[in-house]
Amino acid sequence: MTDFVQLWVYLSTTPLFGLTATLVVYLLAHALYTRWQQAPWANPVFWTVVTLAALLTLTGVPYPSYFSGAQFIHFLLGPAVVALAWPLWQRRAELHQRWCRLLLASLAGGLAASACAVGAGWALGLPTEVLLSMAPKLVTAPVAMGIAEKTGGIPALAAVFSVMTGLTGALAGKYLFDLLRIPAAGEGWQVRGFALGASSHGIGAARAMQVNADAGAYAGLGLGLQAVLVALWMPLLLGWLR
Amino acid sequence: MLPLRGLACLLLMQSLGEVLARSLSLPFPGPVVGMMLLLPALSWAAVREPVAACADALLQHLSLLFVPVGVGVMTHLALVSEYGLRMLLVIALSTFTGLAVTALVLRGLSRPQAAPKPQAGHD
Repeated sequence: MTDFVQLWVYLSTTPLFGLTATLVVYLLAHALYTRWQQAPWANPVFWTVVTLAALLTLTGVPYPSYFSGAQFIHFLLGPAVVALAWPLWQRRAELHQRWCRLLLASLAGGLAASACAVGAGWALGLPTEVLLSMAPKLVTAPVAMGIAEKTGGIPALAAVFSVMTGLTGALAGKYLFDLLRIPAAGEGWQVRGFALGASSHGIGAARAMQVNADAGAYAGLGLGLQAVLVALWMPLLLGWLR
Repeated sequence: MLPLRGLACLLLMQSLGEVLARSLSLPFPGPVVGMMLLLPALSWAAVREPVAACADALLQHLSLLFVPVGVGVMTHLALVSEYGLRMLLVIALSTFTGLAVTALVLRGLSRPQAAPKPQAGHD
């Protein structure tokens, strides 16, 4: 028994544990997601996060020792943001043809979402650094962290808000689009995909890619475009407001 | 070898973006600068083919990459227990606003070109 405890203490502090647990739990969650016909509520990221957080709490493994292994996965977010140039390049014809409306839609959506987050958060009495961390949450976590760092928010909190925003979009997007009568057919897929990518970044885009190829391509476009746009206007706007 | 060369390309661009962003104190994050640098370079097949091989694999599993940060919520339990419900409310509200505004503006701007043929039947 003591041997087992010693072994566990050893294993739980090596990077091996965090990396293995993340991959295995994600693969299980993804298998269940596929089995349940990709229902929005079965989102693999959501259930992986919940399961891992519960696992860490139950076993008493502190987050930093989990992260020492999980950081290898986390690190790939940077190259993944650079890799977004690829879906943008593939859709350059559409981008060239429709850049004006895509740009306007991303700008309007981005401004509305950030203003709503900061306004509603302020009305509900959230502290300033929480508001600043919330403002860039509609873009992918590494970019949101970078923006929060520049504007005086808390990067780790910005990342968490970003993930939660992505999950909200992936979980509820379908129902919202049905409510707005955006058709789940033809050009409607492009609108749905673009809105998901532009407002709930990678997690929303991943959902769009699983549902429809056209929606997925537009989601990649929305995600890349929004990351660049928000990274451009938000630090400037917040600096000017101060 | 191709995906590996692609990864090297991505990392190189990210480093270049990081260096540019820091040295010129640009307001944007390094990876975003790297992405903007990579975009024109993709018209060159020697860059495009390896990058495509790596980017497809990386973006296909994009959602996995968010898990470590997501689990990080547990390190902010004090903030979460104090403001959790309000933060959730704000996140949900602003996400719906963003999705709805983006979708409606895009649909509104797309209408004139695509003949507004009413889609009868199923939704």
